[in-house]
Amino acid sequence: MSHAEDNAGTRRDFLYFATAGAGAVATGAAVWPLINQMNPSADVQALSSIFVDVSAVEVGTQLTVKWLGKPVFIRRRTPEEIEAARATALSDLPDAKGENANKPDADAADQNRTLDEAGEWLVMMGVCTHLGCVPLGDGSGDFGGWFCPCHGSHYDTAGRIRKGPAPRNLPVPVAAFENETTIKLG
Amino acid sequence: MGGIPHDHYEPKTGGEQWLHKRLPIVGLLYDTIMIPTPKNLNWMWIWGIILTFCLALQIVTGIILVMHYTPHVDYAFASVEHIMRNVNGGYMIRYMHANGASLFFVAVYLHIFRGLYYGSYKAPREVTWIIGMLIYLMMMGTAFMGYVLPWGQMSFWGATVITGLFGAIPGIGPDIQTWLLGGPAVDNATLNRFFSLHYLLPFVIAGLVAVHIWAFHTTGNNNPTGVEVRRTSKEEAARDTVPFWPYYVIKDLFALAIILLVFFAVVGFMPNYLGHPDNYIEANPLSTPAHIVPEWYFLPFYAILRAFTADVWVVIAAEWLSFGIIDAKFFGVLAMFGAIAVMALAPWLDTSSVRSGRYRPMFKWWFALLCLDFMVLMWVGAMPAEEPYATISLIASAYWFAYFLVILPLLGVIEKPLPQPATIEDDFNAHYGSKAHPAE
Repeated sequence: MSHAEDNAGTRRDFLYFATAGAGAVATGAAVWPLINQMNPSADVQALSSIFVDVSAVEVGTQLTVKWLGKPVFIRRRTPEEIEAARATALSDLPDAKGENANKPDADAADQNRTLDEAGEWLVMMGVCTHLGCVPLGDGSGDFGGWFCPCHGSHYDTAGRIRKGPAPRNLPVPVAAFENETTIKLG
Repeated sequence: MGGIPHDHYEPKTGGEQWLHKRLPIVGLLYDTIMIPTPKNLNWMWIWGIILTFCLALQIVTGIILVMHYTPHVDYAFASVEHIMRNVNGGYMIRYMHANGASLFFVAVYLHIFRGLYYGSYKAPREVTWIIGMLIYLMMMGTAFMGYVLPWGQMSFWGATVITGLFGAIPGIGPDIQTWLLGGPAVDNATLNRFFSLHYLLPFVIAGLVAVHIWAFHTTGNNNPTGVEVRRTSKEEAARDTVPFWPYYVIKDLFALAIILLVFFAVVGFMPNYLGHPDNYIEANPLSTPAHIVPEWYFLPFYAILRAFTADVWVVIAAEWLSFGIIDAKFFGVLAMFGAIAVMALAPWLDTSSVRSGRYRPMFKWWFALLCLDFMVLMWVGAMPAEEPYATISLIASAYWFAYFLVILPLLGVIEKPLPQPATIEDDFNAHYGSKAHPAE
């Protein structure tokens, strides 16, 4: 009987495939730690929360703090900035999603971006959603908010992308007022 | 080795025969160095040797720099300043290494464009071309990671932007980016792994260079006529060629001497001309420099990356056709890598049966435009991302792709080439007369 007609397979075929399979699994198991070692180490992974004292932040100024190796913008907006952000129609926004970790499914209306109801406190990652530069603040760019100097992305006074290569609004991290003058990040 | 008939190594003494039977290494070196080389090679064929020299220079100076450098975010910047101020002659070694990278890329671009003009990528040299493209990619990776090591502002933000390219991949992008960085942002883990790989890759390049040389020693060198060396007999081959040693070795060393004159003028008198002052400011994760500009050798491809914004119609079309998976950011990344991919595919995109641009009257003009296009891309890559540079970079990027994807395939069909010489010897004699055979 030849091999070709032996559909059920022989003991030799079984041993061949079993050995090759075990070899593949062993190789994978040996290679995986070599790849996984490049993922964030335990100390980096230890997600820390930080408390930020914002008592000294005046209206119309911005505090930049470092959290998880990245800058976080904490801006206390002026009434004009709030008004400009609230007057913008959702249809004018390239990214209509809120990008707010505290309100996962909300749209990009200004009320869904800020920390408080009045819209005075805007807390967001200071990392351009294009390629990760830190946008310039203090009314920069064509929309009076932030401007990324690397590739020319313009964000409005609510940190929403309006013009340029960046695909998304500046994300709002998990944040909340711990008390009147302290914001907890993470 | 090789298809061109020539005299091979004959071990004569007893000692030579003893070794040759056990390890034919002398024969391998002899055949490599004595390879018959077309006798009509012009000055554009010097860049291979220049590149080999650059690789050696970078490895030697690099190994020395590592003896004094500390790959840690708290010490890296200071250790580079320590090299510049305290290490005996350290500033010279570092300036040679930094400017050596620029010389390396000057040479590789001239080498690549030489190949594009004289059709060196065409059959049977496709493998040589592909290996060359791999070397070029590795060079870019090595140069990028090396630039991160001094931990200046440009180092840090360059690393942030370039690793951000991988974050643009739909779905798995952010995970890949985190894996590459070893954390949520560029930090000590990133610096350490870049240091490790920056040390490793040059040796991988050295291995690829050996394969590159092996490949074109098998097919024989191309030459300015694009006509193959005759191989029917040793005598006929000898009329088209001269041995690499001593003829081309001496010529190439002469060229190297002149190039080193210019190189050391730059290293000695204007060592920071090609660098950025921002990189003498220590990395600060909270402040991006006003203009992040990559090193000059990345500018053409950086311009292509930036050219495709969300308001360009091809980007809108791609986004619509891919149901939103390919956004402007990912499109830019695809365009940048695609620009190198189309160049690597040149052997299969060029339909012309004529190898050398010398005998292709229409091709010449399109090629000249490609060279100009490359310079324009390099210029707009250094400019801020605003008008009119945005439009110029879009037009220049479009021409880069059009050259490889449209012009090269079409020219082979519509162009009427000029008559080519029958042999290299004929062409050589037409230029220099038959008495000029260097072997006589």
